[in-house]
Amino acid sequence: MTGPAVPVLDGERVPAIEAVDVSRTYQLDGLSVEALRGVSLTVAPGDYVALVGPSGSGKSTLMHLLGGLDRPTGGRLVIGGRDVNALSPPEMATLRNETIGFVFQAFHLLARTSAVDNVALPLVYRGVPARQRRERAAAMLGRVGLGHRLDHRPNQMSGGEQQRVAIARALVTEPTVLLADEPTGNLDSVTGAAVLELLERLNAESGVALVMVTHDQEVAARARRRITMRDGEVVADSATPRTPLHDRPLSDDNGRPATLVPAPSAEPRSASGRGPGHPPGGFGGAAGAAGRLPRSPAATDPAVDAADHAAGGSGS
Amino acid sequence: MRIAEAWRVALDALRANRLRSALTMLGVIIGVASVVLLVAIGTGTKQKVEQQVEGLGSNLLLVVPGKIEVGTAPVVSPLTLKDVDAVSRVVGDPERVAVTVASGATARAGTRSDFTTVQGVLETTPAVFTRSLARGRYLTRTDVDTSRRVAVLGNSVARALFPDRDPLGQQVTLAGVRFRVIGVFTPLGQSLGVDRDDEVHVPVTAAQRLWGTQRVDGIAVKAPDRERIDELGERIVAELSRRHPDTEFSAVTQQQILGVLGDILGVLTGVLAAIAGISLLVGGVGVSNIMLVSVRERTREIGLRKAVGARPRDIGVQFLLEAVLLTSIGGLTGMALGVGTALVVDALSPIPAAITWWSLTLAFGVSAVVGIVFGVVPAQRAGRLDPVVALRAE
Repeated sequence: MTGPAVPVLDGERVPAIEAVDVSRTYQLDGLSVEALRGVSLTVAPGDYVALVGPSGSGKSTLMHLLGGLDRPTGGRLVIGGRDVNALSPPEMATLRNETIGFVFQAFHLLARTSAVDNVALPLVYRGVPARQRRERAAAMLGRVGLGHRLDHRPNQMSGGEQQRVAIARALVTEPTVLLADEPTGNLDSVTGAAVLELLERLNAESGVALVMVTHDQEVAARARRRITMRDGEVVADSATPRTPLHDRPLSDDNGRPATLVPAPSAEPRSASGRGPGHPPGGFGGAAGAAGRLPRSPAATDPAVDAADHAAGGSGS
Repeated sequence: MRIAEAWRVALDALRANRLRSALTMLGVIIGVASVVLLVAIGTGTKQKVEQQVEGLGSNLLLVVPGKIEVGTAPVVSPLTLKDVDAVSRVVGDPERVAVTVASGATARAGTRSDFTTVQGVLETTPAVFTRSLARGRYLTRTDVDTSRRVAVLGNSVARALFPDRDPLGQQVTLAGVRFRVIGVFTPLGQSLGVDRDDEVHVPVTAAQRLWGTQRVDGIAVKAPDRERIDELGERIVAELSRRHPDTEFSAVTQQQILGVLGDILGVLTGVLAAIAGISLLVGGVGVSNIMLVSVRERTREIGLRKAVGARPRDIGVQFLLEAVLLTSIGGLTGMALGVGTALVVDALSPIPAAITWWSLTLAFGVSAVVGIVFGVVPAQRAGRLDPVVALRAE
């Protein structure tokens, strides 16, 4: 099975998701609550992003927007080359089906439905014939190591197995982006690590971009890129989207992430929430930046450190 | 989503909550069963009455003075036996013409008495009205011509006056005049609550003498064929009008009588069906209620389905089919129950019941429509659920 075709435009890879100054305001009992305030970021094909931040920082809201489950109240959000503000609800559904795979903390498998039928569910809404659905779902379950449990029901499986089924369901449509919301949150550490490894392997193998909300410091540390949120804004983004991500080292010698680089404010697509306060820096590319930067991300941006502490604290 | 897939999902959902599905269906079952049963009873009654009217004899034409309309006062008949002769000439066959002059009278035999209807008739009556005798003989031409005081008793009268004796050859006193019983009719039973065996036939001439009159109340004609029955009626009315310019006459056929009775019983059946329909409506509200519960219960499932690409319409159709399935299965079960009950009622009680295809089709169609109507609101609600909110639901 091959990864999704990466569209090429002007010799440059088109972003899987592009958010420009996106905001989301909820109306609650007549009060306006700003869950997101002007977030700009780009998810490149094959990216591996950890989305961290304290509870209420807007991570989930951002995930819902990136996944096409919700619409921004301001700004521009382009998923798979389509501006979501121009799409009707049925078109949004089709966009989700074709572009996005979701993995939830609570698995969200259909009870009373076999693993293979759970995995095949997205294909139902794509109009794939039943036999073909089963074949593709079975193959996908094989890839997540559950080829022997096709007809088991969720209540006959462990949490780790259930999450693998959910991952298979997310990937059976060959999406360009896999959105995982605390995928290891309901699992013990050993099972969680295995699920994380699986997600990373699938990210590397199939080229699906992986965007993961997590409270877990260790989990976040393994991502190639870390986006930190606070109060509805992106306060730190460790990568510029133009960077060829696959070329960067995953971590330094100490196992710490190598590239926690605050986004240069000159880059509109990676604007940090705090505006042009950051040093622009002469980062030509992440590979070079990784070599020149101080080892500790905290030394570069205290906000990241603070956010990490908050995230780690509430996550553990 | 393919429709077959949607059916499967809907069926699975119903199976998952067997007891609840069954109870919800029960409302529909009772509604449909009562529609089928009450319509069957209405139809059965109508058919029975029609049989009885047709049992009067075929191609019957009744000629009476006055108009046959609701709200018109009865007219004192100017007709006499001479007019009957004139009608016989129009018809061309006196054997096809019967008359009646009727009045209530007390019949006595020994110490027993019975208030009954005494009818003065011609000997042609059994042929015209298709009546048969259980015992004895009917009136003859001679009986009529000679005003002989002989009587043929209806079955009820015979049983009332002679409970333990053979009535043949016995004396009965009608309005103070003695008659000799020469025959007893075969029982006819009841029709629309009227005892059709409560009558005594005597020669029309004897009856006229009894009451001191020359009149006859009405003339009945058995038409030679159905096609020209209306034309014959018009000719008879024309002849009578010529003879009695001051009086209007009417000729009605069995078809017209059936039409009027059919209209009345049709309304009755409709009212019964409407009452039963209300219970079907209540069943529909139950379906709607349960569907709303089902949508709420499965909010997370709806959210998940939407996340993986279900369009609002896909979700709506899924829940609509669930509602339609509930009412359809309930409808079929209700039909079976209604038919079964109707058959039992027809067999074991005096109430006639007849199953008609239209009532079955109607009941099932209505229950399916109820499913759609009462499923639409919950289905729309499910389809419009915000996936973000739905996924968070507990």
